[in-house]
Formats: sequence, structure tokens, C-alpha cells
Amino acid sequence: MKAICFYFQIHQPFRLKNYRFFDIGNDHYYYDDFANDEIITRIAQRSYLPANEMLLDMIKQYGNKFKVAFSISGTALEQLEIYVPEFIDSMKELAETGCVEFLSETYAHSLASLEDPEEFIMQVKEHDKKIYQLFGQHPKVFRNTELIYSDDISALVASMGFKGAITDGAKHILGWKSPNYIYASALAPKLKLMLKNSKLSDDISFRFSNHEWESYPLTADKYIDWIAQLPDDEQIINLFMNYETFGELQPRESGIFDFMKALPRFAAKKGIEFWTPSEVLAKLKPVSQLAVPFPISWADEARDTSAWLGNTLQTEAVKKLYSIAERVHLCQDRRIKQDWYYLQASDHFFYMSTKHSSDGSVHSHYSPYESPYAAFTNYMNVLSDFMTRVREQFPENIENEELNSLLLTIRNQENEIEQLNREVEMMRRNIVKDTTGDFPVNPDDEKPAEVPAPKKAPAKKPATKKAPDKKPATKKPVAKKAEPKKQAAKASEKPAAKKAAAKKAAPKKKA
Amino acid sequence: MFGWEFPPHILGGLGTASYGLTKGMAQNGDMDITFVIPKPWGDEPKDFAKIIGANCTPVAWRDVNWDYVESRIGNVMNPQTYYDLRDHIYSDFNYMHTNDLGCIEFSGRYPENLLEEINNYSIVAGVIARTVNCDIIHSHDWLTYPAGIHAKQVTGKPLVIHVHATDFDRSRGNVNPTVFNIERDGMMHADHIITVSNLTRQTVIDKYGIPAYKVTTVHNAVEPLNDELLNLQAPPGKKSKVVTFLGRITMQKGPEYFVEAAAQVLSKVHNVQFVMAGSGDMMEKMIRLVARRGISDRFHFTGFLKGKQVYEMLKASDVYIMPSVSEPFGISPLEAMQMGVPSIISKQSGCAEILENVIKVDYWDTNAIADAIYSIIKYPAMFKQLQEQGLEEVNQIVWKKAGAKVIDIYHSLIG
Repeated sequence: MKAICFYFQIHQPFRLKNYRFFDIGNDHYYYDDFANDEIITRIAQRSYLPANEMLLDMIKQYGNKFKVAFSISGTALEQLEIYVPEFIDSMKELAETGCVEFLSETYAHSLASLEDPEEFIMQVKEHDKKIYQLFGQHPKVFRNTELIYSDDISALVASMGFKGAITDGAKHILGWKSPNYIYASALAPKLKLMLKNSKLSDDISFRFSNHEWESYPLTADKYIDWIAQLPDDEQIINLFMNYETFGELQPRESGIFDFMKALPRFAAKKGIEFWTPSEVLAKLKPVSQLAVPFPISWADEARDTSAWLGNTLQTEAVKKLYSIAERVHLCQDRRIKQDWYYLQASDHFFYMSTKHSSDGSVHSHYSPYESPYAAFTNYMNVLSDFMTRVREQFPENIENEELNSLLLTIRNQENEIEQLNREVEMMRRNIVKDTTGDFPVNPDDEKPAEVPAPKKAPAKKPATKKAPDKKPATKKPVAKKAEPKKQAAKASEKPAAKKAAAKKAAPKKKA
Repeated sequence: MFGWEFPPHILGGLGTASYGLTKGMAQNGDMDITFVIPKPWGDEPKDFAKIIGANCTPVAWRDVNWDYVESRIGNVMNPQTYYDLRDHIYSDFNYMHTNDLGCIEFSGRYPENLLEEINNYSIVAGVIARTVNCDIIHSHDWLTYPAGIHAKQVTGKPLVIHVHATDFDRSRGNVNPTVFNIERDGMMHADHIITVSNLTRQTVIDKYGIPAYKVTTVHNAVEPLNDELLNLQAPPGKKSKVVTFLGRITMQKGPEYFVEAAAQVLSKVHNVQFVMAGSGDMMEKMIRLVARRGISDRFHFTGFLKGKQVYEMLKASDVYIMPSVSEPFGISPLEAMQMGVPSIISKQSGCAEILENVIKVDYWDTNAIADAIYSIIKYPAMFKQLQEQGLEEVNQIVWKKAGAKVIDIYHSLIG
């Protein structure tokens, strides 16, 4: 018994517009809407939509025997929602057949797994939320950006409760071993690993229409024969590829769609099934552990992370970006959050690669820039502006930890204000019920809150005491005992203006 | 080989390139090179090529003894060569202005009577061609084409001409008809033409009507720097970044685009200084332009720099820029890279064809030039990457490889 596991990657970054150094500090919109629209619409028309149609046909025809998995990055989903909403509908239709599994990944298709574990976990959760919203599935299997994987990452992934992860069957990791088994992480042995069969995957995605390839033309029965001839105990063939393979990398005229449609028929003859990654993990046991001390990926000849972190430009850009991660996490501004995701897309760093020969041509093929230096210049200009915006949110001379505790105080107080507010509301309703006429039913009255306020105060305990005489900190003692009446009165104005509240409170104390 | 300049007494890029190429060819071994120049000074390197001075070659018989010849030209070449040459005088040139050795005087520069000097040079070439037994004749730049043609007619050996520049580059289209004719004549007579870039190759094919199969590009290279230059120290106490333009201040080099880009950068960043090193007919205009843009406090003119000063200037620079409107090759960015200075060059320069780790822009695109300058001075990674990768790259561009290509062309001609 053998099985094929298909998984397709869909990802598009938000490409940056030509952002000059004059724009730094003046223009906070970074994206090339025209190019983004044009590219995703073109690819969707030529590839994603017809390929979806093909998969739907196949699933209907073969009575749910044919199954696939998808990994769609958050940025791609956002673009598709904006520019090609019909694709989302078509994807939902596929999801409803029950033959399609969605995988987990980082929202921004980012390198966070290598740089910032905290950010990594946040992004994965964000992505899974989005997938659930759109397709009603909670991803069970994790696939990192461009199949980047290492022991450290596996520990993170396992800690988030994933059963398995997908990565590349890089030669320098596997050695003599075959990718057609299930392995387990060396650091987190509970995490199972599925490895890409590079040869058979690339036969479809890169070599299918290559006339000079000795196996050209590739037919479905020949391909299934190859798989059938593999040793009996090699049970799982993982075919991982970009979804653009269908219609874009391999044009429609090459017959790629017909090839795919014929696969299940020949597979059935040889008794080969199609499984989703979750099924694979449920049915097969790992044969051994796999140690990956240094990160691998499916990109370039080297199969490591040098496609994104291979030169000084790339490491600098990535380092600068993640140097403000903590600050961004403290921000509440939605646009900053959004830009933060978009700027993390690994593609921006991919464009900065200075590799030559065959790898280099792949990099420049995808790059909207003339040279890696132009890519770097543009990105850094954008990043400079972004960083100033983040810094403007909070004064720079406050340490992150201190800031953290201050923000915690503010948040606690916010909660408290809300609590109090609710109580005021409740009491007011009681008063209204009274209807004795003793009390006028005016909205702004200071009477009610006198009793409960001090009760709440001791509940909030954070270690904000050490904070010097910065404004939010001073508010605490004020709130605690000084004037609960005022506090309650203020509460009725809704907690929106937390900082304003803090400011108002401070002078009061001094006076 | 016929050339016009040879180090250390050089006036432009031609001498450096001829020297480098000759040396590179010698490094490939099995070559006997005789290099003819109008006026040797005696301190030329002679270890890989035999130097013959046109001003030491007799064209009229004089009965002079060994010691006298020794005392007159012994510092330049072996007296025996003089006698060998004297045996091959092919016509009586006594009507010409000759000296006590029967030689014609040359300035070896670019004087008023340049055309006359070129003509004399080709007369001398006749004597040399009859004396020196060669398999191939190689002429560097248009000044020596007539000599090459003459030598070819005398010996019947194949002629290769080396186009370091055409008059289209020098004059921005206002071609001097005399020069054009000399150039075209040389190209027509040549068995093969070597150009220093594909840009020049295309000019030769398009403007001179030469069939493409006859023209091959051999890109120039650079000599490795000696330790003295490499160990130069940057001036202490440098506070701001320095962006340098180095070259003749003429229309060909595009200095005005540099000024416009500088004005843009200075409107945003203040701790940058711009330096325009060199002299030329557009210098005053540039000074006025700088004043008009109101950036004189940050924009400096150094005048003409020579020898070591050039490298000192480079050492003090953070960015080197060459916005040439048209440049057959342009060896100076390579020198900047050798000194570890990131370079911005125009796509209209020949060296852009072979350089990867530089920033290439259109010469007229001052926005792009300004962006590139800003990026290099603002982002240390950019500087570092260009510096390190540039150095590595430029160290691979050696004359030996260029020499090997030329030798291949020779072999194809000799058969």
C-alpha cells in the first residue's frame, strides 16, 4: 500500500512601491497596488482558478478518493479577498468537499521562526484564526515559510500542539535515507515530519514541459509507474509544490491539467491512494528521528536559508526589522500591525539575494527590482519610515520592560474603569427601579460609586511601583484611595481616553 | 604592438590599458612582444616586452659609432637595435626633419600637429616592420592605425586593431571627419577588431559599418594595487560621509547629473560632502550650478589630481560615482572598488557590462542616483556588502584573462 500526499503552496507578498528617501516621514503608504492587483489577478486567472476547478472536478469524479492539502499565507488570502474574491468562494467550495486540508503557517510568510519565536507563535495563531474564519478548519499540521525547518523550530511547533510538520527532504540532512517515510523531530520526538520528495515533485513543477529532459514527455501512467516501482516499504510520496505550477510555471498548453486529471485513474490501478497530511500522520509511524541542527528550506541549490539571509544586505534588513518587534507588539495601532505583517514577508529579502548562476536567475525572475541593491534601498527606506512611526508611538528613552509595566498598568486601569462603569450602570438601573422620586434620574451623578470603588483597588497588583514619576504611574495611588468619587464620575465617560485620564489625574495629585 | 602611451608617462586611460593588456598577454607565456611608442622616457618596465621608441628609430642613414648611440639612447633601448633598424631604412627620408641619429622627433603627447606626428609614426613603422620579425600586428587606438596598416602592407601579417574609444564617445556625436576617416580606414584594413566593451563594439558595427563577425569584445581589467596604496590611511577626524566624482569635468562624464543628485540628497541629509575632483571645460559651469542650487558649503572642487592623490581621495571617500553619458569602458570604478569604495556607475558605461556589485543607473536618472547615494551612506549593510563583494569581484578581473582572449583571437588569425 502506497499513498501520495499532495500539498500546494499559495503565497503572494504585498510588493512595495518605489519609495524614495524623500518619502520617509511623509508618506506612510508603502504598497504598489497596481502591481499587486495585476500579478495576483493574472496568476489567479491563469493558474489558481482553473486549478481549483480541476481539483473540484477530480474530487467529484473519484468520489472523494482524491485529496490534497493547501497552505495559503495570510498576505495571499488578503490579496485574494481584495482582488479575486471569486477564488475565495471557489476555495470554500473545495473545503466543503472534505477532501481538502488546510495547513498552518506564519501569517506573513515570514522568517519569524528564525528570528523571533514570540512573533512566530503570534503569527501562526493569527494565520490559523484566519483559516478558521474563511474555511472553518483548525489546521493540525504545520508548514513553515518555504519549508524552513530546524530542531529549534520543531520544539516551538510542538509546543503549539501541532502533530506534524512538513519540510524539505534536503540531501545533506537525509544522507542515504529516503524521504518516503515519516520521521520524528530529534528535539521534540512527538512531532512527526513529512519530507518533500524533491525529485518527483520537481518532475511536475519544473521539468514537466522541458523538452530537453530525458523523460519528456511525462505521462500519468509513466509517473505512477515510477512511484509503484519504489520499494514496498516506502509508503508515502510527498509531492509538495507551488500552486502556480498549474497554468503558470507549466502553461496550460503543456497539458499539465490533463496530466493531473489522469493521475487518480492510473493510481487506482496500482492501488495507490491519496492522503491528506493529517491522514498520513494518523496512519504511519515514524521510522527514526531526524536531527536538523541548522535550518533547512526548499529554496535554491543549497536548501538552506541563504536565499533570504545569504548576504550582508539581507541579514541587516532582517535584523533591523526584528529589532523593533517588541515595540510593535506593544502598539495597538491597526495600520502599524498591518504594515508589520506585510514588511515581514520573506520575499522582500529574497529579492536582495546576490547569488549568481541558476539560483540567481530564479531570484531575479521573481524580483520586481532591477538589482538586489535597488531592492535593499527601497526596503530600507520603507523600513526607516515604519520604524519612525513605531517609535513615535512611545518615547524612545523608556526601556521596553518599563514600558511594558506602564502599559500593563494602563490596561489594568482600563479594565477597572470598565468594571466600575458596569457597576455604575447597574446601580443606576436599581435607582430607576426605585422610582420613589427621591432621586432625580439625571445621567451624571456622583452619588452611586462611593462604596465599591476602593474594594476593587487592591485587586490590581502589578509591579509598577518602581516606575519613577512618569504620568501613568502616578495615577495609581490617586486611583487607589484619594478620590473614588471623581474616579467614578470619569468612568462614565467611557474608558476610551485612557491616557487622557492619566494626564488629568496627575496634576490633581500635585495640587 | 603599436601604442601611443605607456606607463609611467601616461595622459589618459589608453596607456594603462595598453600596459595591462601587454603584461597580461606575457603572463600567458610563449609570447615575444615588441611595443612601439612614440617617445620612451627610459623608465618604462621592460621585463615583459621589448620597447622600441619611434624617436630612436632611424629613417635616414647616419654614420654613428656605438658609444655615441649608447650615450644618446642607451637608457631607452639597446644600441644593437638601433643598428638593426638602420639596416632596414627603406627610403631616403632626409628631406624630413631628422636629428643627428637620423630619427624623427616625437612629442609623445597630443600636440597641435597631431596628424603630422601620426603620419611620421607610420613612416617609422615601416622601418620597424622590416626589422622585427613578427606574426601579428596589434595597433592601439586610432593614432596608431596608420602605422599598423603600413606594417601590414610591408609584412603581409594580419593586423588587429584595438578600439579603446571612438570619436563618437569623445565628441558626443560631433565627429571630426579626419579622425573618423582614420578610424574607419584602420577598421577596414584590420583582420580583426577588438573593442573594450559591447557598447563600443556596437558603435563600431553601426557607425563605421564593420561586419559584426570581425569585431570581438575583450573587456579591460585592472592591475592589482601595491601595498603602499592599499595601506593608505583615511584622513583622521572625518566627520561626514564623502561622495566623490573623479574624472575630467566634460560633457562626456555627466558632471551635471552628479550635482543635481547631490542637491537632492542634501535636502534630506546634512552630514555629507560631495567632491568633484578633476578639471575640464565644464568646471566653471559646474561651480555656477552648485552655487545656484545653494549647496556650495557641502560641495567641493579639488582640481586635477594625479598619481597617489587619486588614491588618497578614494581612500577618504564613501561613495564613488561615475555618471558618464558615454564611456567606452571606464576603468576608474574598478580602481575605486579596489580601494574598497562602493561605486555608482551609469548603465551607459562599458564597465557596467561586467560589474555586478555596483549600483547601475541611467545617467539622466538623478532620482535614482540620489536614492543610491542615500542608501549607501545611510545603511551600513549596503556599504559593507558593496565594499566586500566589490573587492572580491574586482580581484577576479585580471589582465591575464583578457590577455588570453586576445591570444585566442591571434591564433584564429594565424590559423
